Amino acid sequence: MKAPKEKVDVYFNGNFIGSVPNADKFIADIKKRRRHNILPDQINVAYNQSFSEIRINSDSGRARRPLIVVEAGKPRLTSDLVKKLETGKITWTYLLKHGIIEYLDAEEEENAYISIDPASVTKEHTHLELNPILVLGISASLTPYSEYNRGDRVNYGAKMVGQAIGAPVDNFLIRADTKFNILAYPQRPLVRTKTDDILSLHPYGQNVVIAIMCWDGFNMNDAVVLNKSSVERGMFRSFYFRTYETFKKRYWGGQEDRISIPEPGIKGYRGDEAYKDLAEDGIINIETPVQSDSILVGKTSPLRFLTGGDFTMDIENKRESSITVRHGEKGVVDKVLISETTNGEQLLKIRIRDQRIPELGDKFATRHGQKGVTALVVPHEDMPFTKDGVVPDVVFNPHGIPSRMTVSQLIEVLAGKCSAYSGKIVDGSTFSGTKEDEIRKEMLKMGFRDDGKETLYDGRTGKAYQVMIFTGITYYMKLDHMVADKIHARSKGPVTLLTRQPTEGRSKRGGLRLGEMEQQCLVGHGAAMTLKERFNSDETVIPICQNCGLIAVHDKTKNKTHCLVCKDSKVLWVNTSYAFKLTLDEFKSMGVYPKLVVEEI
Amino acid sequence: MRELPVKIRKEVEEYAEKNKVDLSEVMEKVKKLYNDALYYPEEAMGVVAAQSLSEPATQMTMRTYHFAGTAGIQVTLGLPRLIEIYDAKKEPETPSMTIYLNQDYQTENKAMEVAKKIKEVKLRDFVVGDVIDLINLVIRLKLDMEKLGKFGLEIEKLKKHIKIKNVDVETKGSEVIVTSKKMENINLHKLKYKVMESHIRGVKGISHVIVSKDEMKGWIISTLGSNLKKILEVEGVNPEITTCNNIFEIYDVLGVEAARNAIIIEAIDTIEEQGLGVDPRYVSLLADLMTSSGSIMGIGRYGVAGNKDSVLARMAFEETKKHIITAAIEGIKDPLKGHVENIIMNQVIPVGTGAFQLIGRFPGQVKAAEKPAKKDSAPEKERGIEKVKEMEKIFSKKTASKPAKKETNKKPKKAEKPAKKPNKATKKKK
Repeated sequence: MKAPKEKVDVYFNGNFIGSVPNADKFIADIKKRRRHNILPDQINVAYNQSFSEIRINSDSGRARRPLIVVEAGKPRLTSDLVKKLETGKITWTYLLKHGIIEYLDAEEEENAYISIDPASVTKEHTHLELNPILVLGISASLTPYSEYNRGDRVNYGAKMVGQAIGAPVDNFLIRADTKFNILAYPQRPLVRTKTDDILSLHPYGQNVVIAIMCWDGFNMNDAVVLNKSSVERGMFRSFYFRTYETFKKRYWGGQEDRISIPEPGIKGYRGDEAYKDLAEDGIINIETPVQSDSILVGKTSPLRFLTGGDFTMDIENKRESSITVRHGEKGVVDKVLISETTNGEQLLKIRIRDQRIPELGDKFATRHGQKGVTALVVPHEDMPFTKDGVVPDVVFNPHGIPSRMTVSQLIEVLAGKCSAYSGKIVDGSTFSGTKEDEIRKEMLKMGFRDDGKETLYDGRTGKAYQVMIFTGITYYMKLDHMVADKIHARSKGPVTLLTRQPTEGRSKRGGLRLGEMEQQCLVGHGAAMTLKERFNSDETVIPICQNCGLIAVHDKTKNKTHCLVCKDSKVLWVNTSYAFKLTLDEFKSMGVYPKLVVEEI
Repeated sequence: MRELPVKIRKEVEEYAEKNKVDLSEVMEKVKKLYNDALYYPEEAMGVVAAQSLSEPATQMTMRTYHFAGTAGIQVTLGLPRLIEIYDAKKEPETPSMTIYLNQDYQTENKAMEVAKKIKEVKLRDFVVGDVIDLINLVIRLKLDMEKLGKFGLEIEKLKKHIKIKNVDVETKGSEVIVTSKKMENINLHKLKYKVMESHIRGVKGISHVIVSKDEMKGWIISTLGSNLKKILEVEGVNPEITTCNNIFEIYDVLGVEAARNAIIIEAIDTIEEQGLGVDPRYVSLLADLMTSSGSIMGIGRYGVAGNKDSVLARMAFEETKKHIITAAIEGIKDPLKGHVENIIMNQVIPVGTGAFQLIGRFPGQVKAAEKPAKKDSAPEKERGIEKVKEMEKIFSKKTASKPAKKETNKKPKKAEKPAKKPNKATKKKK
């Protein structure tokens, strides 16, 4: 490190512009000028002591955030100013121009000492946070009462808020996103944070009546039980849109794709039945229900690499190249867009809409990092009910609470209930929300128990449960993980060309791999026959010459098998995997002679 | 029920005699336990052993505290140590010894005395200042005379411990002056380092000693650094139970069997230290495998896995090209006896239910290849009977003990041609 009395280098937007003898005075001067609106407020200055550098930045691309300036232990934003701001006498710009509020970038923030609430401002502080909730990001600040939680739960909750299906945009009907989800009846939360007010037009879930109790063990291990009638009324119903795209491509030599119903007889023709939904122009009509692998646009492409003058453009030279619905997806044709590409080719976009009603296996979560999968949908009449006839929409298992310590969720349930009965929205902002005591008082005032517990009656027997159940209202989110997108099974199906082994992945109707460790497990059990059976997905029979040990040739027309190397040798048929046959071929291609010694048994 | 091995039987007898219990009752119980613990024929014990050893290893990666300080000495523990043992590393990361003392050395003073004697003293320990004179090519080392006195050493006597060729050593006051006689030693920094490292007293390699007392085994000297051969010669050390954690050193000094035991003990100790457990038989199987060649072999490319019999199995593991090339050049035959190669070829693996080579033919069942050839001869049923008769003949010959006629036997025998594939199934062809 350089001696402190030495001159300090000054960099402006990353370029060296000179040095100053007294760094602190220099910086103070710049800040003063900025606050007095002599220098533009976009300028930020940072002093890096370990490098002996002052960095002044005014360029674009820096993330900056507003803070209240604190001078001599007193915030410059006084209650007078706040009142004026509320009555509209002054504006935000006024505060900025008068150095009451300033924007700091990441570098200048390093030199600042920021107090998070007005009460704890000391003389050392340079700035004050506008609101303590700002220590959290957008997603994390959506969790109400998160100051009562362990940090990781807030983190999980914030992560799942990002996966929630809500109403992110309003113009989705005229958009053509490749994949888009929207909630049918989005609601704003009853227990809100300040961030929720900002996101008011884009809610991300619904308020549901929750009972924290076990339901015959169906909601064990974080599963949730849903009310069937609530689901039928539209709870967590969402729509899934997918847009398929194609264009009439022009090829070399004046040929181009043809968008029409393909003529029978062309290469890859799928049969008359497959094209029955297409209109005369070869494009599917709006509101036609489509299934997995249905054809949306009938298209034929010319066979490629055909040259020479005397070839005719008949159906012999055409190939079927229709656009189909993705494997495993279904829906209704929502919209057809016909446009042009920049090259002047016809562009087609077909949007499929699919209604997604909550079903077994769909994932739901609260804002407190409490996620779960639907395990049972129960008819309304079998659900528990209160003496007032309130029936829960969701039954959540109490075992999820003690180990995770999501206290905020319990407060939210009570606050939600209070909000619903009183008709007032509850502010649950982190650090500054309505306190639990106040909610309890409010509940007592309305004539309810202050702990949120109620006697519930079993819908099947009509008997009261022997303990009181904690019920209330919570904001629930439907997450973008639905069984409809994930369910997968296969018995027979497509194989890869090279190895003849099953394809991989749901979209290719693939198989589930029996991996190396699973294989070792079978070996460990001594289950040799099971192991062989599991691995013979690419089983083949190959003729092997008994003399030279190479693969022989089978002439199907003459029905004879002979070895190409040896003339009159005995050929035996051997059972192996196609992958092994491929390995033998690869050996041969490397010039290695793989001789199989075979004999009859 | 299998009979107990002689050694175990003797132990049980001794126990029964000593504790005055009914011998036959104890024997019956031990026999049952012994038989329960036995492996079934053709059970894949290697795979089970591998799984049993790798399960605690995965546990160890998840909670990582690899070091633990026992009375000031930091010894590698946990997964890194386990890998060190299994991979047969020549030098452990932290070599250490546990030295036990003889019966007449079981006092603190005597233990300290031995510890002091063992600890290596280098010239470096006394140097307080060094000067390199580049003009005269001389190194001057200033020594701490007080410390020297404490150790009972004189500066004059240090001279003979500096055993470096072509170097003159003189002493002057509290200074040692090293003069290089040849231009070879022109790198004085290197020379200085060499001089400072000169061994003066104690056992080479023992850089740290800590004396402690164990309730059971008396006074123990734990060391950092190991030199088993020299330590065993030191007076007062109990050579029967003194050990070190360097398996190769044990191998060099005491032989393979000792090394095998060291592997077992070290592996079990590291696993148990982490609060995990493995049946010692799995570890001993691994140790047997590692030492079966007479020297220590690691598990891995250059050890056990690289010495598999099957070319295909080695190719599937690592360095595929290398194994293809050597197999092609040397014309290697793969006996196809292991399970990896048989999985590659989609054959039944010779393990568990697939281990048996017996092929039974029922009356009426005919060899697949014979079918088209004898189409117009006797009807199938009769041929079946013929076959049975033929087989009966062969068996009667066998029982009559005429080994010379065995070769006429049409049945394939697995011992005849070991290079051939016994598992290849022939398929019917029209």
